[in-house]
Amino acid sequence: MKKLELVTSTAVPLPIEDIDTDQIIPARFLKGISKLGFGENLFRDWRYDKADQEIPDFVLNNKIYTGEILLAGKNFGCGSSREHAAWALVDYGFRIVVSSFFADIFKGNALNNGILPIQVTETELDHLFRLVEHDSRATFTVDLPQQLMHDANGFSIQFDIDVYKKECLLNGYDDIDYLLSIKDEIVAFEKMNSSPVA
Amino acid sequence: MPKTLFDKIWDAHVVKEIAGGRQVIYIDNHFIHEVTSPQAFDGLRTRGIDVFRTNKTIATADHNVPTQNQHLPIQDPLSKKQVDTLISNCEEFQVDLYGLGHKKQGIVHVIGPELGITRPGTTIVCGDSHTSTHGAFGNIAFGIGTSQVEQVLSTQCLILDKPKKMRITVEGQLEAGVSAKDLILYIISKLTVGGCTGYFVEYAGSAIRGLSMEGRMTVCNMSIEMGARGGMIAPDEKTFEYMKGREHLPSGAAYEALKAQWRLLKTDAGATFDKEVSFGAADITPMVTYGTNPGMGIRITDKIPQLDSVSFNKSLEYMDYQQGESMENKTVQHVFIGSCTNSRIEDLRLVADFVKGKQKHAAIKAMIVPGSKQVELQAKQEGLDVIFEQAGFELRQPGCSACLGMNEDKVGAGEYCISTSNRNFEGRQGPGARTILASPLMAAAAAIEGKIVDVRKYLS
Ligand code: SF4
Repeated sequence: MKKLELVTSTAVPLPIEDIDTDQIIPARFLKGISKLGFGENLFRDWRYDKADQEIPDFVLNNKIYTGEILLAGKNFGCGSSREHAAWALVDYGFRIVVSSFFADIFKGNALNNGILPIQVTETELDHLFRLVEHDSRATFTVDLPQQLMHDANGFSIQFDIDVYKKECLLNGYDDIDYLLSIKDEIVAFEKMNSSPVA
Repeated sequence: MPKTLFDKIWDAHVVKEIAGGRQVIYIDNHFIHEVTSPQAFDGLRTRGIDVFRTNKTIATADHNVPTQNQHLPIQDPLSKKQVDTLISNCEEFQVDLYGLGHKKQGIVHVIGPELGITRPGTTIVCGDSHTSTHGAFGNIAFGIGTSQVEQVLSTQCLILDKPKKMRITVEGQLEAGVSAKDLILYIISKLTVGGCTGYFVEYAGSAIRGLSMEGRMTVCNMSIEMGARGGMIAPDEKTFEYMKGREHLPSGAAYEALKAQWRLLKTDAGATFDKEVSFGAADITPMVTYGTNPGMGIRITDKIPQLDSVSFNKSLEYMDYQQGESMENKTVQHVFIGSCTNSRIEDLRLVADFVKGKQKHAAIKAMIVPGSKQVELQAKQEGLDVIFEQAGFELRQPGCSACLGMNEDKVGAGEYCISTSNRNFEGRQGPGARTILASPLMAAAAAIEGKIVDVRKYLS
């Protein structure tokens, strides 16, 4: 997993609510057996029409918006557990997703792939959308050690992140590294609970 | 101190607590399938490790398999590669595989309970969000991402935050023609798609206890559509009766001993939940969705709501429906009866019973995809295949099929499909496809009439 500490970038606004993982990466593109290459099909059906031509209205096709930060409407990542959604976002180049609410499984998948989901209030999200709509080059710094997202003009928000997950992101570790290190304890647990509860 | 069922099971599976309050949770059963496992096996290879507990891992091929001519090689090269990769990974890592062509193959959430692998009191995971289905047997079952599939393969554990607890109580009796599917679509329409995020749900109340095991699975299955981590129902005599004699379970005295333990699996009186909601069964009618998420459902007797939001309008535009319209008499072109929500023998029996002696509407393409080889076989043994054929329905072979449109079972752009599956997202059943979620009976009635009708009119 790639480390994440400081990201300074412009942002891409996608003010739609309840964006589900079928939109992030449609099922017909899940046939890959590696984690790479999914970025090409990120938001496929919003990005391209039936003839595979770019849909100019869609924000990823609007060259004035670029960057490693995605701003998205409430309840981002609902639906399927497909981690391909996180792989597609990383592969495309996003490291941060900001929304007022994240679906559980997506949030876990994002963190396991070096994407930082930043949850903000509705008001903060609206404010961010406005800043970016007003100036597509608006630049933000995400400072993970400080848990801050700010710009140069005095905008600043503090965000929450679980201490364990923060450590993982800062160091590029994942859960397996940790679990493998406690294998003896897992075996001991198995011995004590040959059949937990029932 | 009184405890909830969820806490009893969860607490018994905590291996240890780590920084930030996260916990290492032991997983009793892990189901894997072809779509979300290849990258996890790759991870094991990269790290040079084996599957830690092969006897707790079961594989099947379901998401990306054809539902016709399953004895022939898979046509689509990418699908074939994925299914072949599952076979070679299972061989290399010595995991039991109920693969294509196996007489017990099927949708992962259908075969788990069918084989008796799904048990009360356990923890169950799978790289598929509808793993919540298994919770109908009184266990903690939930969907995970591929990184977590790799964690479970390598250590049989996951690092998790303990979710909050919520109880949804439904009291009363469902009217004839109103099923478990309507009940859960109704609940989702009230609680919305994000309404249970962060919670693990226990369903309770007389309406829930009154459901068959198949019905309970349908309800737990769709817990994820409200954002819940999972859903569960305390096991009872109905559960034990359903499980009796299944392949992976002991029989005789050993089974009786298990039952005695399982009877303890319930929420104690006085145990508290972080959130409680309740509904009355009498308020529920047959349901249909009109939009592009499962929370956008209405009673068939209601009208599409009038709301002003960008997302809402975008959704109606996609469906080509108007605010304030009724869903009755809307035409559809496809009827899909299948998916882990409604593809069990009970669903097929209900549909067969309804369509017997009737003929599907000429303009409708009606497909029934059984949840497993065993369901398919049983349907044939009971002669349901003949009834379906006479009524003009096509009975396919098991798989996820048009639920997610990964194989060739797709709905065309702009076409409408009334579907017994669980998701009506844009493009879920194929690019541009429009999905209306409903119960098997409502889908069957639409197949006969070529349009959406209130199935209760046939029952009175
Ligand atoms: S039937 Fe649909 S929801 Fe169920 S496991 Fe298959 S793809 Fe997932």
